[in-house]
Amino acid sequence: MSTAAVAPTPRSRRVAVRWRAIRRYPSLLAGLTLLGLLVAAVILAPLISHYSPDHEDLFHILAGPSWAHPLGTDELGRDELSRLLWAGRTDLRVGALAVIFPFCFGTAVGTLSGYYGGWLDSVVMRIVDVVIAFPFYVLVIGLVFVVGEGTRGIYIAFAVADWVVYARTVRAGTLVVRESEYVAAAKVGGLGDLRILVGHVLPNTISQAIVYIMSDIVLVIVAVVTLGYLGLGVQPPTPDWGTMVNDGQQFLTTHWALATLPGIAVVLTGLSLSLVGDGLADLLRPQ
Amino acid sequence: MSATGQPASATLVVRDLHVAYAAAGGGQIQAVDGVTLSLRSGEALGLVGESGCGKTTVARAIAGLVKPQKGEIELDGATLARRSRAQRRTIQLVFQDPFASLNPRRTVRSVLAELLKVHELAADDAQRERRCVELMEMVGLPAAALDRRPAAFSGGQRQRIAIARAIAVEPRMIVADEPMSALDVSVGAAILGLFERLRNDLGLGLLLISHNLAVVAAICDRVAVMYLGRVVEAGPRGEVFSDPRHPYTRALLDAAPRLQPDAVAGPRLREEAPAAGVRPSGCSFHDRCPRVEDICRRDAPALVPVEGHPERVAACHFSHEHRGGRTR
Amino acid sequence: MTPPALEVRDLVVSAGDHHRRWRVVDGVSFSVDAGQSVGIVGESGCGKSLTLRAIMALTPDPIAIDSGTVLLSGEELPLRGRRVRATRRGHMSMVFQDPLSSLDPVHSAGAQVAEIARRVRGLPRRAAWTRAVDLLGLVGIREPQRRAHDYPHQLSGGMRQRVMIAMALASEPQVLLCDEPTTALDVTVQAQVLDLLNNLRVQLRLALVFVSHDLAVVSSICERVAVMYAGRFVETGPTLEVLRRPRHPYTLGLRQAVVDAEAVGRLPRAIRGELPDPSARPAGCPFHPRCDFADDACVQGPVELSAIGVDDRSVACLHSELVPAP
Repeated sequence: MSTAAVAPTPRSRRVAVRWRAIRRYPSLLAGLTLLGLLVAAVILAPLISHYSPDHEDLFHILAGPSWAHPLGTDELGRDELSRLLWAGRTDLRVGALAVIFPFCFGTAVGTLSGYYGGWLDSVVMRIVDVVIAFPFYVLVIGLVFVVGEGTRGIYIAFAVADWVVYARTVRAGTLVVRESEYVAAAKVGGLGDLRILVGHVLPNTISQAIVYIMSDIVLVIVAVVTLGYLGLGVQPPTPDWGTMVNDGQQFLTTHWALATLPGIAVVLTGLSLSLVGDGLADLLRPQ
Repeated sequence: MSATGQPASATLVVRDLHVAYAAAGGGQIQAVDGVTLSLRSGEALGLVGESGCGKTTVARAIAGLVKPQKGEIELDGATLARRSRAQRRTIQLVFQDPFASLNPRRTVRSVLAELLKVHELAADDAQRERRCVELMEMVGLPAAALDRRPAAFSGGQRQRIAIARAIAVEPRMIVADEPMSALDVSVGAAILGLFERLRNDLGLGLLLISHNLAVVAAICDRVAVMYLGRVVEAGPRGEVFSDPRHPYTRALLDAAPRLQPDAVAGPRLREEAPAAGVRPSGCSFHDRCPRVEDICRRDAPALVPVEGHPERVAACHFSHEHRGGRTR
Repeated sequence: MTPPALEVRDLVVSAGDHHRRWRVVDGVSFSVDAGQSVGIVGESGCGKSLTLRAIMALTPDPIAIDSGTVLLSGEELPLRGRRVRATRRGHMSMVFQDPLSSLDPVHSAGAQVAEIARRVRGLPRRAAWTRAVDLLGLVGIREPQRRAHDYPHQLSGGMRQRVMIAMALASEPQVLLCDEPTTALDVTVQAQVLDLLNNLRVQLRLALVFVSHDLAVVSSICERVAVMYAGRFVETGPTLEVLRRPRHPYTLGLRQAVVDAEAVGRLPRAIRGELPDPSARPAGCPFHPRCDFADDACVQGPVELSAIGVDDRSVACLHSELVPAP
């Protein structure tokens, strides 16, 4: 008989262990902190700045920083700080929502394709190859042209173009896990395919997809901003970092902040998400 | 057991099993080339052979993980082809590597409870929990182990968990594929003891697979020796070990490390087993056999009962010769 | 009196971080003469592999050699420092457990052996290849000229292990350290490799140190054995004597746990409990929680390894006279 010391873990201890685990990964902590600040800032936009982002004050256009306008005003007298924060709301929201469908669909397709193989896998992989062969922006811009601009177009464009990376990543993981002995044991144990896929395969393959979500959100935000810059993304009057850069570029030599600040916002967001992604990769790596 | 006839009250019967795999680069590898075995409840059969002899494939076929190319697997007379959920319960498998055979993301409780739920082996949550605790007790682990994930356990403990998983569905037969090969000798001894206890307490049939004859000697009633996909000798353990009738069995016995090695060493097998799929002409063992003669190179000997010992079979032209005793 | 080929005195190796360190090898001493073989046997985690790695100066970073002396034919070898591994080259070699992960998959067997002959013995390219082929033949690989061109994935487990041994021999060492070299092999192949090592030991007058968790394997190749538990030797002596009449309860336990092909129908006896966590060892004799003969005296303080009787045996037990014959 084994007298191994295997003590039960009460709930409070499990929470404490999680927190200690997060602290052990500095990138995760740094990323979550930065991201937390950004998200808090955009959520609290109405409290931080009492101006509406559309409120034009044509008597105070292109003003420098002041008590009334901490970051100045743009060419239509709109408060820069509030525009920055409200645009952040839009861009972060679109970024977060746009990855949901690709993540879910891509993971599902990758799992089924990897597990069952055969003709399903061949068909799926050919479709993936075709989609990946298109340069990403060409595809997205093309789709936006077809379905129309604005956030709806963005969501549809990403749904079509973005799921393939998830599918490939998850499929690769599934191919390995499929051959594992614990999956074999589950089959011998009489568990059905669905239960095996959801309960045994997915928990072991999904962490890579989750880590990729972070990079993907960055990708989406940059794409949204780029589309906005091209006039194909979020349409005015809804503020968006991309359109702000576009509007501000004519003033680059005189009022550089107008075009630069939105860019910095994108960089900070991207940085925080990358840090979280790195940290998650370390955290989720199996012992 | 006999290679040809039907044993009286056998529970598991494997008849003329053939399994082939696609080889990398085209063609097929005949991993199992006509194997017949039987196993009754409460009995332990040892299947011995080197890596590549097909014993793991036999295990997987019996457990329903690979489809036989030819031959039948029957339980109580009913052929097991596409197995229903209830049929799957009857034969369970314990794998070799305790570090790979448990899902690293699931707790012990979740794995056991899932099986109990799917097979409706407990009336409600409370009973399920009681049964989980009971399973832990049966394999010698504390109830607290249920909350943990595999990473918290040592190799021997993980193997116990794997055994708990196997007996959770109340099988009739357990196939254990090299269950102690990845463990220290002292830890393996405990696992062997566990198998023996469970065999007696639960009346399970046990098919114990190993490349080490000594392991099989400890608890198996009967032994079958495999070489290149076929059984070359089989019979009651005591007789096979004291008086082997196939030169390969003799070589395996000689190779098992002993605590008190004798000064005189038996002839060592030269080389290693040929890669699976490369079958020499005539007797598949002739190129390594110390007893080889011309007939061996021409004619493949059939697996037939040994002269005077109907309980034993051997596939050798010279199976009437005794190779027993301690030549070393 | 020629000094032993290898002598180790009071080797101490520790692990941990800068907050806390604990000993994983706790004062180990032994010596091996040329042509002799010594076995170190113990369960996984007792420190036997680390002992070999410390001697070879191959310990991975958080693990550090605290103190001790390693002598090669009487000359002391450094245990730390930048060129520490170079001092072993050409004198000591090691054979590892898993040949698949120890061989480079992108180079042929012959190339890997030849590289060592070239780098350590300074042989020119062609001579190194010839030497490699010779060595592959010496370790029992048939048609070595042909097989030398094979890559590791084309070779079976036993052949790969032979290639590893050939690589170890290419530097013409006096000492060969073997870390569970046959554990991953089938019994038949294991028997061949053990025979090979034995023959090489005699032919080349190698000093062999063989580490294993399997007492039966050690008994078939080692003249002397040291039983290791929780970082220390608990019993040493001539192998046959130690097996015939163990003096330490742990040795008895290990012996009873072996499945012997002789003992048909006899179940091996397991040792209850498990090896203690090296960072949290019990006080006194580290084996006492698992020992059938322990009493209060065993918890008092560490039990030293002391000579016992004749035959160059020693044991670290207060109750060695209670240990019955197996």
